[in-house]
Amino acid sequence: MTADEIRQSVIEILGDIAPDEDLSNLQEDVPFREQLPLDSMDFLDIVMELRKRYRIQIPEENYNELASMTSTVRYLEPRMKDIAKK
Amino acid sequence: MVVERPDHQRIVITGVGLTAPNGNSLSEFRQGLLSGRSGVVPYETRYFGATVAGVCNFDEVKHQTRKELRRGTRAGSVGIFCAHEAVADAGLDWENIDRSAVGIYVGVTEHGNVETENEIYQLKGYDYDIQYWSHYHNPRTVANNPAGEISLNMGITGPHYTLGAACAAGNAGIIQGVQMLRLGDCDLALAGGVSESIHTFGIFASFHSQGALARHDDPTKASRPFDADRNGIVVAEGGCMYVLERLVDARARGARIYGEVLGYAMNSDAADFVLPHPGRQAECIRLALRRAGLNAEDVDIVSTHATGTTSGDAQEAEALRRVWGGNGRPLLNNTKSFIGHAMGAAGALELAGNLPAFEDHVCHPTINLDRLDPQCKLPGLVANEPREMAKAEVILNNSFGMLGINSVVIVGKL
Repeated sequence: MTADEIRQSVIEILGDIAPDEDLSNLQEDVPFREQLPLDSMDFLDIVMELRKRYRIQIPEENYNELASMTSTVRYLEPRMKDIAKK
Repeated sequence: MVVERPDHQRIVITGVGLTAPNGNSLSEFRQGLLSGRSGVVPYETRYFGATVAGVCNFDEVKHQTRKELRRGTRAGSVGIFCAHEAVADAGLDWENIDRSAVGIYVGVTEHGNVETENEIYQLKGYDYDIQYWSHYHNPRTVANNPAGEISLNMGITGPHYTLGAACAAGNAGIIQGVQMLRLGDCDLALAGGVSESIHTFGIFASFHSQGALARHDDPTKASRPFDADRNGIVVAEGGCMYVLERLVDARARGARIYGEVLGYAMNSDAADFVLPHPGRQAECIRLALRRAGLNAEDVDIVSTHATGTTSGDAQEAEALRRVWGGNGRPLLNNTKSFIGHAMGAAGALELAGNLPAFEDHVCHPTINLDRLDPQCKLPGLVANEPREMAKAEVILNNSFGMLGINSVVIVGKL
């Protein structure tokens, strides 16, 4: 998957987790939790959905890499380069 | 002679919020009960296949965000809807209520089966690799979940918990609310019961294995308590939450009062895993009457528990005969004939459907009573058509459950 495809997938996941929120103005460099009402369980949803959809395993020590869109895409890009977009 | 209590020990109903398979407010529900409208429909559930059930159709996002809905349970959602509707119905100045003094007491027949079944089903899709097990499993399945979701949604910081009381749970929730108000543990109680049971295949399959699941070509005729052709229970979902207050508080704010909880009782059969015990049921009814300071003949309406099983209905009829004998008083009816068995919500819903009788002096019927089972013959049983009453001042509400748990609530017109 390309960086754009990964970004789109993360948007889709966030859309499922926070269905009441408008994600069109999401700021790339600002942590998700500063822009959206996400708690720790929601955050675990992101990890779980990536695992379910793409079989990506994210170790707990790397959870901080998923703070913002920029850091998430940067972290996932090398790990998802061989995965096809769903 | 009703037991005299000081006003701060007298507990009254000032709000009702409900969702039933045939109505999403007390007025809709009552209208359904008076017009003979069933809420039982064809239903299909995982593994079990085609059956019938009482299905609710309330506006889930009226009081919940889509995010809350996604995260929470159906029982929580039912409870939140009913609690909000009850508070609105009570005319409370909710924004200025001290929410640390509000208690939430929710009766449940069971909780966690729906969520566990769903999660195991999903896990099967991942070849039972538990890395894919939901982190929501625990907060969804803890026994306090439906009450806790109400607390979270409404910002209520007083006590919240559920009462696991099989199908006596709706009454148990009300009784707990009354007791906690009398103890001074809360100043306002949101009390009643909820059920999400139609979303677990296990309840259908288990009743089926027990030979106690209703079937009929016409779903609206499947739930037929006291009828000779009854063949089991129709499982239903639903909820009913009451606002309970001390009489002194209700009067101080000029609240409309539906009725006063005059008496209650709970006891145990200590006899059989599933079969009811008429002797213990009769004792429970008598205990509630004694606590209310009432004689059996003071009761105007008995809202029966009968679920449509062969033995259960006959056993309750026997219990009622032991209390009232051949006496033509009171009138008797049954709500499950319309909506099926709403499990943890049943007792609370069935009381609610009868409360308007204090105003309109009409006893709603039990429907689908085409051929009365001689074993269930009871004077006063109101079959198929509503009946006008000269006096409607005391309602006695039966709710019984598995493992031999009995509950009775008596409500009087104020």
